[in-house]
This record gives sequence, C-alpha cells and structure tokens, in this order.
Amino acid sequence: MNLRFVLLLVLALVVAVPLSLLAGRVWINPFAPELHSASVILLQLRLPRAVLALVLGAGLGAAGAAMQGYLRNPLADPGLFGIAPGAALGAVLSFWTGYASAPWMLPLFALIGAGGAMALLALIAGRGGGVALFTLAGLMVSSLAGALMSLAISLTPSPFAMSEIVTWMMGSLADRSWREVWIATPLTLAGIGVILAAGRDLDAMTLGEMAARSLGVEPLRLQALLILGVGLVVGSGVAVAGIIGFVGLMVPHLVRPMTDRKPSSLIVPSALAGALLLLVADCICRIMPLSGGELRLGIALSLLGAPFFLRLLLKMRRGMVA
Amino acid sequence: MSFGADNVTVAGRLDGVSLNCRRGMITAICGPNGAGKSTLLSVIAGLLKPDAGRAVMGGRALAAVSLAQRAQWIGYLPQTPEVAWDVSVEVLISLGRLPWRGAPAAETQDAIEDAIAAMDLQELRHRPVSTLSGGERARALMARVLATQPGWLLADEPFANLDLAHGAALMHRFRQQARAGRGVVLVLHDLATAMNHADQVLVLAKGRVEAEGPPEMALSREVITRVWNCPAHWLGDPGERALSIGAPAPLAVDFRQQF
Repeated sequence: MNLRFVLLLVLALVVAVPLSLLAGRVWINPFAPELHSASVILLQLRLPRAVLALVLGAGLGAAGAAMQGYLRNPLADPGLFGIAPGAALGAVLSFWTGYASAPWMLPLFALIGAGGAMALLALIAGRGGGVALFTLAGLMVSSLAGALMSLAISLTPSPFAMSEIVTWMMGSLADRSWREVWIATPLTLAGIGVILAAGRDLDAMTLGEMAARSLGVEPLRLQALLILGVGLVVGSGVAVAGIIGFVGLMVPHLVRPMTDRKPSSLIVPSALAGALLLLVADCICRIMPLSGGELRLGIALSLLGAPFFLRLLLKMRRGMVA
Repeated sequence: MSFGADNVTVAGRLDGVSLNCRRGMITAICGPNGAGKSTLLSVIAGLLKPDAGRAVMGGRALAAVSLAQRAQWIGYLPQTPEVAWDVSVEVLISLGRLPWRGAPAAETQDAIEDAIAAMDLQELRHRPVSTLSGGERARALMARVLATQPGWLLADEPFANLDLAHGAALMHRFRQQARAGRGVVLVLHDLATAMNHADQVLVLAKGRVEAEGPPEMALSREVITRVWNCPAHWLGDPGERALSIGAPAPLAVDFRQQF
C-alpha cells in the first residue's frame, strides 16, 4: 500500500513539475514558445524556483513527519524547536547590519542563526534526553529568538531596512536564483538523510519513552539526530526563502492515513507530498492576480494552514485523531 | 546470579535491594504504594541507573551489556503502555522486532507470527489498535513484547486494567512463557495473584526488602499484617487462595484519653 502511494506521489510530481514551469504571469505555450524570452523565463526564473519549492517542501514534509513521530503528537511542527526563529534572527541581523545586500551573506547569517539555535537546544536539553524537557527547551529557544528578532526590528536604523525585513519574513520563492538552489539543496538533502536514519527510533517512540528505551533507543542519540536533521532542513529553508509554516504540520497529517501510520513509513511520502504542496502553492501565488506584486508563499500557506489546524483541533476534541 | 539486582540503591526509593530471578519461573514483586516496586523493575530492565549496586544479566553487570543486546534479551511492558499512533495490531507487534536490526525478513515474520499465535490475535491482526477492547489491547501489547523473543519478560502491573477473566487469561499466558523457559518478573498489586501464580515473591516496603521466598513464606499472614499494616489471613486451598482482610490497625492515638 505504501509503495503504491509513493509511486502515485512521484507520478503527480512528474506531471506537476512541467506544468508549473509553464504557469505564471507570462504563460508559456509549450507548442509555440517565443524562443528567446521563454528560455530565459524557464531556465533562469521558473526552474530554480520549482527546484527550490521541491527541495524545501520535501525537507519540511520530512521534518514534520519526524517531529510528529518524536513528540507523538499530530499537532507538532518543525517550527517547535525554535530553529526557524533562530535562522530568521540571523537573517534579520544581516538586514540590520546591512550585510544582506552582499551576495551569500543573508543565507550565511540565517544558517549561523539556525546553528546557534541548534547548539543552544542541544546544550539545554542534553544529558537526560527526556522529550518534555526537550520540547520546553525548544519553546524557550523559540521565544528567545523571537524576542531578539523583535528587538532588532524595533531598533532598525532605516525604514527601508525594516520594510525589507518584514517582506522577507513572510516567506517567498519569488526572484530566487540558482544560487539559492545550490545553498539549500545539499543541506536539505543531508537533513532528510539524517531524518531517515532516525526512522527506527521514531517507530519505537510510538510505544512511549520508557518502552522505546527498552527497545534499545538511545534518547540522546535520537535527540541529536533530530536537532541535526530538522535543523539542516529548517535552517537552510529559512535561509533561502524566509519562514514557510504549516507544511510540516499539514503534510504528515494528510499522508498518515495512506500509510501504516508508523513514523518511519511517513517520512518519504511526507517529503514527496510536501514537495508537491509547495510546488502547487507557489504556482498559485504566481498566478494569483494581485495588484502590487504576487501573493507571498508564507502568507498563502498560513491562510490555508490555519483553517486546517482548526479542523484538526475540532476533530481531536471529538477524539477522532490518533 | 543470572538475572536481577545486586544490592541496588536508588536515592530516596531503594535501599540495598537484591533480587535473584530464575528462568522458567514467575517472580512477583509486591509491596504497598511507594515501596519502590516499579523503580526496582526499571533498574533490572536497565532503564534506570542505580546510585549504588548493580543490575545483573547472565552473571554480568547489565551496564556492561550493549544496548542492542539488552533490548534483545529483556522485554519490558511499562505500567501504562501507550500506543501513540493508531497502527494495526500487526504493525504494533512488529515494533517488538526493532532490537533485531538486520535480522533476515523470514525470521522477523516468524517471530511476529509466533507472537500472534501465542496471544490468539489471528482474527485481530489487521484491526487498528483504537478499536480493541481493554483485554484485546493488553494481549496485543503483550504480543509486542513477545515478538522480541526475549529471555526475560518484565511487566509492571500487567493486570491493572483487566477484568477478572482477561486477567486470568493473561496470567495463563505468562505461565506458558515461563514454562517455555523464559524468566518472568511481574510487579503485582493483587496479593492473591502473587500467592496463587508466582514461584517466588519479593516483598518491598519503603525501599527495603521485607520478605522473600516462596509465596507461602513471603506472603504469610505475619508479613502482610506487618508490611501492609492490615490484619489478613488466607482462605482456601493452595493455588486458589483468597485473602480475607480485617479492619486496618487501630489509630495509634486513643481519643478516649483526650476527652
């Protein structure tokens, strides 16, 4: 059942990717392309954007599956650990200091921010390896990074920088180039690899922490794998695209009923479905007729995600989610 | 000593407790609330590191045994077993194979089939866990532990949420496992279950061993009265004993003298 579902998702991606390349402000007719501008739009604008959507979506989907498995909670999200706010803080500081205008600097700052959040998380949560303490540590890192970010924004030297920060934080794939692809792809793929390596331990967590330990899970090793895997994925995602929420929450939840519900069985389908979701959402952002620029991807996903989240809560209230 | 605890101390919970379990036998750990029963079980399962003394497996310190080997040898059923995701019974049982990383697929499947057969779960194997009754769920969770094919079965109050018939059925399964050569260690609240079914009993109170030995000795009238502070005596024949409990010991203060 799982394999068929995975093949179905791959097939959907095979269909969706070429279609997404044709869609946008300028529609490209595949049978009668206006040669020159079409190839520029395709290769320099839409292809890197599509690749980024696929890579980031896959990372966020897989990270969401891992987080939900680890916390044994269908409401968990990769953002919970505070790595995304850490990366965002780094990015904001690059605007604040003016380094953001230099190439590579914004993503570099964001990655340093993500790394800092990961290190802090490991430092606070280490030793015991308990899930509750770890989650609280994540919330702490998250609110600390959020507060510092607000501080940085409120002390922004110029209104121009402030508007840049605010726009950037909304999350978008507009105007991204191959450079962003080269930054995000290796890190995200490495992150997904680390998450896959944690699959067996996540399966054992289904039975609770004590039973998982009796099945040979080393809590500290699992924690380290999660910090590294989720951190690489989320950090590199924020570094190139800003904050994109809700993918990691929605996708594993949608995918779960199609699998045997073991956390490890969820990782690959969630990655594929996340890639598909982000690709389609980005296309919709591109096509949506809005005066004054295009709809920001982060906003679009939040608009989609909030009602979804609400529905999930209502379902949980009736005790239908497990 | 092949399996158990050697003079184990855990600050505030256990004070120099030793326990020697044997394969083919059911060992029961009994005691009033807060006696340290679950703590002792966690220590001999290797899940809690004692402050002094050591847990022992196969004549070696458990701490010196690799994590993978420990997981293959000791099956542990926690007091409140949880199943976070609504997996099927078969998937739940397959989690018991996690310690055997890299085992041949056929061997894994055989172990799962054996566990399903031992717990009579053939008809339930494709059912989601959320649809099981309490008794069925207890059997499925037990099968998960059996799928590991451990040498030692440790369970913390396995009968706590089971009605009479399901409890008796599960006890029968533990007995079968002991007969098959496994060592079974149970934390038991119900003294009659321990009296009728255990081969040896360890009575704990306030982190110390109060009595140990065959159930007739370790759960004698004197021990129960002393440890549980409650007069009691056994009724019926061996193997079908029931506990008759009198009124708890009178309050130490005599109110008449005060008024």
